[in-house]
Amino acid sequence: MPLDIYLNVAVSGLLTGLVYGLMALGLSVIFGVVRVVNFAHGEMMTIAMYLAILAFATLGLDPLVMMVPIAGVLFALGYVMQAGMINPFINRPEHAQFILLVAVAIIMVNVLLLIFGPDARNVQTGYSFDSFAFGRIIVDATKVYAGAAAIVVAAALFAFFRFSFVGKAIRACADNYTGALVVGLDVKRLYALTFGLGAACVGAAGSMLVLIIDVTPALGPAYTLLAFVIVITGGLGSMGGALLGGVLIGVTEAMAGLLFTPSAKSMFAFAILVLVLLFRPQGLMGKRAS
Amino acid sequence: MIRHRISRRSLLAGTAVTATMLAAPAIVRGQGSALKVGVLLPRSGAQAGIGQDCHRGVEIAGPILKDLGLPDLQIMSADTETNVEVARARAEKLIADGAQLLVGAFDSGQSTAIAQVAEQKGIPYVINIAAAPAITEQGYKFVFRNFPTAPMILGDAFANQKEIFTAAGKDPKTVVFLHVNDTFGTAMQKGIGAVLPKFNMPYTIKETIAYDPTARDLSVEVAKAKATGADALLVVSRLNDAILLTRELIKQRWSPMGVLSMGPGWYEDQYIKTLGKMSDGPLSFVPWYDPNKKLSKALEGALAKKYPEIALNTNHIYTFEALLVAADAYKRAASTDPKALADAIRTTDIKDNVSTGPGISFNAKGQNDKLKNAAIQNRGGKLVTVAPKGATNATAEWPMKPYDKRG
Repeated sequence: MPLDIYLNVAVSGLLTGLVYGLMALGLSVIFGVVRVVNFAHGEMMTIAMYLAILAFATLGLDPLVMMVPIAGVLFALGYVMQAGMINPFINRPEHAQFILLVAVAIIMVNVLLLIFGPDARNVQTGYSFDSFAFGRIIVDATKVYAGAAAIVVAAALFAFFRFSFVGKAIRACADNYTGALVVGLDVKRLYALTFGLGAACVGAAGSMLVLIIDVTPALGPAYTLLAFVIVITGGLGSMGGALLGGVLIGVTEAMAGLLFTPSAKSMFAFAILVLVLLFRPQGLMGKRAS
Repeated sequence: MIRHRISRRSLLAGTAVTATMLAAPAIVRGQGSALKVGVLLPRSGAQAGIGQDCHRGVEIAGPILKDLGLPDLQIMSADTETNVEVARARAEKLIADGAQLLVGAFDSGQSTAIAQVAEQKGIPYVINIAAAPAITEQGYKFVFRNFPTAPMILGDAFANQKEIFTAAGKDPKTVVFLHVNDTFGTAMQKGIGAVLPKFNMPYTIKETIAYDPTARDLSVEVAKAKATGADALLVVSRLNDAILLTRELIKQRWSPMGVLSMGPGWYEDQYIKTLGKMSDGPLSFVPWYDPNKKLSKALEGALAKKYPEIALNTNHIYTFEALLVAADAYKRAASTDPKALADAIRTTDIKDNVSTGPGISFNAKGQNDKLKNAAIQNRGGKLVTVAPKGATNATAEWPMKPYDKRG
């Protein structure tokens, strides 16, 4: 096969992986601070995708334009979920948290089914069929836009946690729960804020993914699983790890499809997960438990 | 007080009356009430679009069957969720809920699971759409299929392709074969390997690429196919992946001579609506309908009345015909007894039907082996029949117009 095919596929995998990474970033942020695993993560992304489709169908608004408003809506949803429903479960056993969030996920899937039906839906923008040619390398325009947007959103999130007062306070909660309480931080409110931020990430990712893939209500669980694979590979709680994991999984799936067989794409993603769990259980960028 | 003694004569009479009373409900049911038909379709999940389309065939069937003087059917719908295990469980539940005959399920894997349940429970099962040959090779007594098997579809497809290439005067010398790796796709892939050499086709298959039917991104598959430099694309796909493949062909700036589809997807209403002018061109070699048959016109009219935007297609035709088989058998059996119904289906001889071919009848294996297939092409948002000769209403556009020349 000519070299440009490898480059084409690698670039495509990289761009898809960036969006995967942004989606997983939300899961990692939530777990890193709140220590709750959001089993409704993929379903929340599906909600964002349907919001993008609604905005496009009714108002003709491009999903990239709607990325910020949809992230805002998902932030509100995440905040309310954490403040009203998950906070009471914070000190309960993990299986209780698991059942709660799985129930939420099932409800979300079925509400979407009731509202939108089972048919696959998509957004057909003016650039849906566009591609950029760099010599013999052809890159899907929607993936370029989505990948670039994923980098911008991730950078904004990094900056928020690093430089803002609230971001530092959230990191303090993650580092030392008791210490944060002692110095007077409103931990429950910060938890809700964190869950909201994680949900906003997934909202932004959903707005971008709707440009790349068709959405059905049943899409959620597959992406919840994918997000888990990515964050475990990158390191639970590590924001950089989530992005790295997303890119790694995206490129691996694409190259495995090209070099072996497309049917085995997922197999290679899971193989990476198994290898990471065997040789670096804390993930590529995760911290080893003390 | 008068004491009644039970004599042998009164005991005999009482037994006869009791037996008559016990037998009566079945007879009454057989003659007067509707037959409970459990219809299993993938109305959610990856095949939801096609499952919903098949259901339209169910929705328009009632009045047409009534006009044919056939008894009423009480439809009990179940969603298989595009999942083999769910299909099996739903079939069991339908039977437990009183279904007296099963119809469905569009997909070979799901239909195989339902066939096992139907055979085990002794309930007749009429398959609407499923092409894996193995389903009717198991020696089942309660399973019937009014749909061509993969080798039947392929045999007609290759013959129709040669007819089209000859008429156009342009042969593809190589093709790349893309197929879903589900039961249907794998059966077709095996069938192509077995049937192709017998037809002396002008092309050879450069590479075979299998992919997951639930794949959300087929960019790698298309990149790999493009790299082979093949003249045309041979595909066995479903609906969502047909849309994804087309998008990728356009984005990766590859316009092959044509798309030769041996399965669903490329002629579906949702495919045409989603892709607009980019949906024009693919040739589908599929089980189709004879537009000259009286019942075809009735079915077309009923669909146009209920769904003016949707053209009659394989999904409606074969789902309707499965119900036609059920109603016809029920009328002749005059009973809901499963064995009587199965016996009646076995002796089906319907000439007034919709699909291409001489009519509906079943061989000893429960397969209608007289069905014929056609070649259809998407043109201007409509479907035209381009082969075989004598059943066409247009000439094939071959090679198809390149995607980048469509404005």
